[in-house]
Amino acid sequence: MSDFIITAKDVTKVYIMGEEEVHALRGISMNIKRGEYVSIMGPSGSGKSTFFNMIGGLDTPTAGEVTMEGYKLSELNNRQLAWVRCHKIGFIFQGFNLIPAMTALENVAIGRIFAGVAPAQARRDAADVLEKVGLGHRLDHLPSEVSGGQQQRIAIARALVNRPAIILADEPTGNLDLKTGQEIINLLNEMKRELDITIISATHDMKMLSASDTVAWIKDGAVERLAGKGEFEIEVGSIDGQTVA
Amino acid sequence: MANHNIEEQVGIPWGIAFTVSWSGLKRRFMRSLITMAGVILAIAFLAYMLISDKIIVALVAAKDDELNDLLQKSNVDIFASSATDSMMLLLIGLSLLTCLVGIINSMLMAVTERVKEIGTLKCLGALDSFIVKTYFIESSLQGVIGTIIGIILGLSVAVGIALVNYGAYTFSYLPLNGIVISMLAALVIGSGISVFAAIGPAYFAARKQPVEAMRVEE
Ligand SMILES: Nc1ncnc2c1ncn2[C@@H]1O[C@H](COP(=O)(O)OP(=O)(O)O)[C@@H](O)[C@H]1O
Ligand SMILES: [Mg+2]
Repeated sequence: MSDFIITAKDVTKVYIMGEEEVHALRGISMNIKRGEYVSIMGPSGSGKSTFFNMIGGLDTPTAGEVTMEGYKLSELNNRQLAWVRCHKIGFIFQGFNLIPAMTALENVAIGRIFAGVAPAQARRDAADVLEKVGLGHRLDHLPSEVSGGQQQRIAIARALVNRPAIILADEPTGNLDLKTGQEIINLLNEMKRELDITIISATHDMKMLSASDTVAWIKDGAVERLAGKGEFEIEVGSIDGQTVA
Repeated sequence: MANHNIEEQVGIPWGIAFTVSWSGLKRRFMRSLITMAGVILAIAFLAYMLISDKIIVALVAAKDDELNDLLQKSNVDIFASSATDSMMLLLIGLSLLTCLVGIINSMLMAVTERVKEIGTLKCLGALDSFIVKTYFIESSLQGVIGTIIGIILGLSVAVGIALVNYGAYTFSYLPLNGIVISMLAALVIGSGISVFAAIGPAYFAARKQPVEAMRVEE
């Protein structure tokens, strides 16, 4: 088996909108190592979410191939894809995507239930993870009763509850203020160190870069530049001032 | 390559789906009540018609002169075999049809409102069958609860009106068996319509794709 947990090879996605073709991805290739923290940078509309849909098995590419732990996603049936989403990947969304009619505990426990765990055990596991992300005192609150940062913490707990190998975070700080966003990034880093997971995060937030092992800049659906650890840190310093403001 | 360590996701049993739907229903109580209102009114109307028919038939059968006067004063044809005419049957039919369309419509709206929620559940590992089960249970439960409330309402109104028109005679000749049969008939009809109405929207919900979770409203 290769060292790569995810490989994308010439992944292309074309949306047909009536007469028009939208080329959302124009042949993206990327190899992601186990335990790596990859940031996908790019302006709005550059194809970050579309790329996530492909590597998360949420949608199928028009051309190209995505493999996860050596398996081609295109060869998996619906039940296997659901299993992969449940056990292998933890999703974190810009808009948190909590179920409004479920408490914090239930929002996390439902993921555990999908993994086939009995409800009572699922609730215990959910409570443990919520405790870990600092929300042990908010178990029975509805999402509408807690702050945005706390909602994203619940979402992180939900993403982690099945001990996935990969976290896919699509602009996890996009709806949060600077300070709260920083706290969420710190939490993700902490969890990554503790649980040894691979994190792939889309962002246009420069602060997210400092933690990354690799940064991929994408533009118009293509990788414009790929940089490893030493290569972008200098650059971050120079861009930092103008973007964070 | 054999997918030896990628398994097939296992479905969630009905019992757990029921718990999920039930607690969702309670938390969206006001919303559910609005959905139920249509069912409550239609079934109340049906139950009222069935029960008051039974009451009047029983009062006519009593062949009490003073009672017959009262009956004629409230325009009952004491020589007819049933107080329900075809016009009324048509009205009942229409109200049940409205009830059916109302349930389907409000469930389709609920699905459209919760597209992102369905997509998110699928990102967490939900299979189509889980979505079908929870939406089917949610809709059916609303329908059956609405039916029960409607029957109680219809019964109260039917007995209330009889009391106003015929006073104590109502209880002297109350057709208990007939009333119970009418209530059961309304229960079967109301529940049948509700469960039938739940099927389409449940499958509509399950067709929503996991990518919906990623979509950001501008
Ligand atoms: N379902 C869709 N149908 C048509 N076009 C889409 C769809 N999803 C995304 N696009 C288009 O694809 C491009 C990339 O979008 P997206 O992946 O959401 O970018 P990002 O996440 O970087 O903001 C955009 O031009 C967007 O309008
Ligand atoms: Mg996006």
